[in-house]
Amino acid sequence: MAIFLNENSKIIVQGMTGAEGMKHTTRMLKGGSNIVGGVNPRKAGETVEVEGKSLPVFGTVAEAMAATGANVSVIFVPPAFAKAAIVEAIDAEIPLAVAITEGIPVHDSASAWAYNVAKGQKTRLIGPNCPGIISPGKSNAGITPSDIAGFGPIGLVSKSGTLTYQMMYELRDIGISTAIGIGGDPVIGTTHIDALAAFEADPETKAIVLIGEIGGDSEEKAAAYIKAHVTKPVVAYVAGFTAPEGKTMGHAGAIVSGSAGTAQAKKEAFEACGVKVGKTPSETAALMREVIQSL
Amino acid sequence: MDLFEYQARDMFERHGVPVLQGLTADTPAEAEAAAAKIGGTVVVKAQVKTGGRGKAGGVKLAHNPAEAKEAAEKILGLDIKGHVVKRVMIAQGAAIDKEYYFSILLDRSNRTFLSLCSVEGGMEIEQLAEERPDALAKVAVDAVNGIDLHKALEIAKAGGFDDAMAAKVAPVFVTLYKVFVEEDATLVEVNPLVLTKDGDILALDGKVSLDDNAEFRHAEREHMERDALDPLEAKAKAMDLNYVKLDGEVGIIGNGAGLVMSTLDVVAYAGERHGHVKPANFLDIGGGASAEVMAAGLDVILGDPQVKSVFVNVFGGITACDAVANGIVGALNTLGASATKPLVVRLDGNNVNEGRRILADYNHPLVTVVATMDDAADKAAELANR
Repeated sequence: MAIFLNENSKIIVQGMTGAEGMKHTTRMLKGGSNIVGGVNPRKAGETVEVEGKSLPVFGTVAEAMAATGANVSVIFVPPAFAKAAIVEAIDAEIPLAVAITEGIPVHDSASAWAYNVAKGQKTRLIGPNCPGIISPGKSNAGITPSDIAGFGPIGLVSKSGTLTYQMMYELRDIGISTAIGIGGDPVIGTTHIDALAAFEADPETKAIVLIGEIGGDSEEKAAAYIKAHVTKPVVAYVAGFTAPEGKTMGHAGAIVSGSAGTAQAKKEAFEACGVKVGKTPSETAALMREVIQSL
Repeated sequence: MDLFEYQARDMFERHGVPVLQGLTADTPAEAEAAAAKIGGTVVVKAQVKTGGRGKAGGVKLAHNPAEAKEAAEKILGLDIKGHVVKRVMIAQGAAIDKEYYFSILLDRSNRTFLSLCSVEGGMEIEQLAEERPDALAKVAVDAVNGIDLHKALEIAKAGGFDDAMAAKVAPVFVTLYKVFVEEDATLVEVNPLVLTKDGDILALDGKVSLDDNAEFRHAEREHMERDALDPLEAKAKAMDLNYVKLDGEVGIIGNGAGLVMSTLDVVAYAGERHGHVKPANFLDIGGGASAEVMAAGLDVILGDPQVKSVFVNVFGGITACDAVANGIVGALNTLGASATKPLVVRLDGNNVNEGRRILADYNHPLVTVVATMDDAADKAAELANR
């Protein structure tokens, strides 16, 4: 099982032949992901040798899907061309598109998202500006190191890449069903709630860690959703308690504006909905450890 | 990036939004000349990115160039909520009949755009939303379909305009949407949008926020006036580092925005046990950082006189811990005897053993390697409090 990504996932890489694309295609293959090809209209018909595997390059996502049966695309296309790449994946109706690219203009991600909605959301978009998704021991679509933690009962959803890694590392003795980095941009394809719903439905996931950060109201909405719909135990962590107002903290979406988007408000929203919130990553992991032991 | 009012006015004018004449002045003499050029009654307005200018004495009416000079003398140098006025805009006067409100913004929560509109303009939008919520229309705008004339009429009517006035403001809304899209804005606000006694619609004051991620397609912005950066922030920016200056004593370097934010928090908690020291900065060296980037980051942080200790917190995903260690070694070698501030280093993940080995072999008296994030934060706070 796991969510969104499993041992049956066949992955293509949009932008595979670029420097980032090549580096991470290699890493994903080494980690055991089933990469079946790449997309680059200027190099269609060529083959690329990676880790002893011959990967065909296709002109379009649709061609790649037809030829390989791919059902996942990982997008490493630079910001200026990322919207076109995402729209192409949506047009091809690939079930899962994971946009790793950082620095995409928000008008591009907003219109790509509106396009996906207009097309009936046949594609689950994860990101942009995210580390991707990993179901340890099954598949890895993105840039998360494959060996941080093995398979286990904890589902992890996070706005931040390195905090995903940190939390997987803290919980490596228990293991992860799926870890999904949803990204730190203002407009993203998969939200905390989408991941919570999928984890709730996944029999292999027994408990959930949710990591948020300042900016937006995704955490507040997630808290209300958990109270209404999630029966599995959830432990949350929010980063950015010391962030000053009006300063963007790295992620385009990580900004406290006025009284909105503060870590304190998010923490209170979780606690009001009965979700325990760790003060630090290690305390969050300790809370999850208690949860797992009590199951 | 938030624009100054005059920048928003100029941007509106370029796109064909009806605005009044406006000229900037950095000295009283320039203000006098600008008022003479515009002619008639003008308004001298402080150019600061904060509300409440009028109450603070930052907006003055002038009936002739001499009065404009006098007004500029009073306004320039004024401190408005911590913003010192360095520039004023001399704006043409207008005989106002009615004041309205219009804005278009990114609605992050619903992953779409949102238009706000009201026939009751002039006051701060937050105040309007609180006191007269029914008077403020919120209309979702699809990012694919945008605002055409039909949609603009829908927004105007929702905002309380009658048919005749809706027909008059709707084309302006369409143009403002064009500004929003073509300029990659996250907010375009006109408050007030006015009806003059002559029956014209004018954007009298505008607020525009632009998306930093879209700068690559707006080369023209390179020479735009920007907020004065803190010198350390300017230095970091020149080196392409993601750095925000804060007020504390513990310098922070990490990889990934979330981990660095988390590190700031953990250090602040540790500071509660050590003389209430606080993080001195946010610095994200990003994914896959090289030894050079690491060394550049250390250079910026050690240049902050407030910093008493430095905490390097890296979880190597793509970033390799050996590159981080080599960056630390390189930076300390360059600094030589001028390095005096203690460094606490926590490394985990990609190539961690090699990274720790490099630092162990280097055996520098200022460097302490600590195994966990919590313990390292505690150590860094303790050292900053000595």
